Amino acid sequence: MEPNLNTNQPKVNLSQKEKIKLEREMRHQIITFVVMIFFTVLAFISVASDLIPASFAVPFILILAAVQVILQLYYFMHLKDKDHEWPNAFMLSGIVIIIPMVAALMLLLGVVKF
Amino acid sequence: MSNSQALTKSALWDWLTTVDHKKIGIMYLVAGAFFFALGGLEAMLIRIQLMFPESNFVSAQAFNELITMHGTTMIFLAAMPLLFGLMNFIVPLQIGARDVAFPFLNSLGFWLFLSGGILLNLSWFFGGAPDAGWTAYVPLSSAEYASTGLDYYVLGLQISGAGTLIGGINFLVTIITMRAPGMTMMKMPLFTWSSFVASALILFAFPALTVGLFLLMFERLFGANYFIVEAGGNVVIWQHLFWIFGHPEVYILVLPAFGIFSEVLSTFSKKRLFGYSAMVFATLIIGFLGFMVWAHHMFTVGMGPVANAIFAVATMAIAVPTGIKIFNWLLTIWGGRIKFTTANLFALGFIPSFVLGGVTGVMLATSAANYQFHDTYFVVAHFHYVIIGGVVFGLFAGTFYWWPKIFGYMLNETLGKWFFWLFLFGFHLTFFVQHFLGLMGMPRRVASYLDGQGLNDLNFISTIGAFFMAVAFILLLVNIFVSRNDKAVADPWDGRTLEWATPTPVPEYNFAQTPVARELDALWYEKMQGNKKMPVAEPLGDIHMPNGSILPVIMSIGLFIASFGFIYHTYWISVVGLGITLGCMVVRSVKEDHGYHIPVEEIQQDKEVG
Repeated sequence: MEPNLNTNQPKVNLSQKEKIKLEREMRHQIITFVVMIFFTVLAFISVASDLIPASFAVPFILILAAVQVILQLYYFMHLKDKDHEWPNAFMLSGIVIIIPMVAALMLLLGVVKF
Repeated sequence: MSNSQALTKSALWDWLTTVDHKKIGIMYLVAGAFFFALGGLEAMLIRIQLMFPESNFVSAQAFNELITMHGTTMIFLAAMPLLFGLMNFIVPLQIGARDVAFPFLNSLGFWLFLSGGILLNLSWFFGGAPDAGWTAYVPLSSAEYASTGLDYYVLGLQISGAGTLIGGINFLVTIITMRAPGMTMMKMPLFTWSSFVASALILFAFPALTVGLFLLMFERLFGANYFIVEAGGNVVIWQHLFWIFGHPEVYILVLPAFGIFSEVLSTFSKKRLFGYSAMVFATLIIGFLGFMVWAHHMFTVGMGPVANAIFAVATMAIAVPTGIKIFNWLLTIWGGRIKFTTANLFALGFIPSFVLGGVTGVMLATSAANYQFHDTYFVVAHFHYVIIGGVVFGLFAGTFYWWPKIFGYMLNETLGKWFFWLFLFGFHLTFFVQHFLGLMGMPRRVASYLDGQGLNDLNFISTIGAFFMAVAFILLLVNIFVSRNDKAVADPWDGRTLEWATPTPVPEYNFAQTPVARELDALWYEKMQGNKKMPVAEPLGDIHMPNGSILPVIMSIGLFIASFGFIYHTYWISVVGLGITLGCMVVRSVKEDHGYHIPVEEIQQDKEVG
């Protein structure tokens, strides 16, 4: 059975250093969260508003999406923390392999047929 | 009598339910050897058909089925599982682990591979084997031109591919998380390193095959359209997807073989591997570049001179890290006390043979010249030189090297040397002349050739060579049979790496106490320090082991049944089959299984006996 984390956990005494670290972590989480909501709003506006042409809106929201993915992975899913070197290495190598591959396929097959 | 019956029954049950990496490794080896013999038989039939011009030994249709199944069987069902068998047995021992990271998944990977392989080969009995070549290019493989054989191909490879992917991920996690204390990445034996890189290639390459096979499956079975040109599709998509998988696949095969050679050459030269870190980085670079060159299989498709030039240069770049490896092997044996055992003979024979294949590879990479070579026997000669000269020699070297550890007895060296020389001679006799057949213009994948075109003699010679290889292989089987009483000691070759620190036969838990690796070639280091045993990281205690499970077998049978439903468009059967598999997954998720402990007394008993 799942242990009840709220009651069974012994009381932990945190050092000053660890407290500061946790506070900083929390601040990072909140800032990222706000930034991501802001990005989502921007994306929504750029699509909904008639003032912004589609030729700008499409690459714009794609860039926003890419940034959001990075923020998600590094801040919310702790990829920036210690002991995440292997996931980092494998995700990076995956990206490094896939970018030239997709680029080549788009050039060789054409975006429409791809 | 009833007692012995009960015993045999429980042994069968034991093998069906085992999650022990050593037993799974042995099952991979046995199944792989079976498919290797099958693929070899197909090769013999091909060569007999081509022995004489305008021969009618097999029909053109049967010939197409034979070449397709020979390629598919040899790559997916023989070479890969044989390497997986060695990796399964040896890698956990080399890193000082008790098992792989996910023993259940390991077993699932094997049974998926086996059911996929059996499914693929059942096509022989149900309406003919696939006949579109091992690459299954559309439109040859689309519903208009290919019969149900191709459905067996698509579904069989899909299932066995899932097994391979599971196995690859398992090795990655095992090597990352389960190394013995002290064994940093840069102290791992090279076979473990190359298995690691090959597993990473599996992780990135197999999804491309999965996607391609799914597209082909939906097009053939459910009337979707991706490839048919008349309906707005593009046949080249399949070629790209297949080769994005297919090119890394050849490195998945050859890198573990490189690892085997590195172990064998350094053991039998009594020297540490020359340029260890250069070897590791060359392996990584080969793995990376392997993904950047797939289009060199498609130079004549019409990609244009720019794309051809880029892929040609990228392909030639692979010769650099491979050359680094070749020179490192040469410098490893340089000045060493070389012992010419059968394993070492295969490793030494590999170097010139593989270089020949590598040189023709660079010739083929020259995209302008490739228009001349494309689809001729020159290509056939090239890839048989790299795959037999690299992978198969590696497998045979590994077989003779690790046989005492895996099966507990020594293979006969005299017979082994006969086997080596016959195989080497037959191999070069078969394939060296095929270079010239190709340059004379003999096209590959064609069931016959006309008399009086100057192709007769070389084809006859080639077939004679194939018979030499067949005799050599039979000699190996004889060897396995006649040497079965020659019991092996734990460390017959004066080995350097941790697998030779285990007793033979290897106990279920591998190491009674987890060893500490203090240097590269950990066991050799301790030998040189005058230590009789490896230093250990823990006191002798109970050992926690995983429970066996029959679920992987049932899950694989479920997918096997579901495939028949898809092939014959009887979807309730598919639902039943998928239901069995999903049901097993639910059982696995819900049922708690904490494994069991081997008590310390039992381990102590083993130690006294060993």
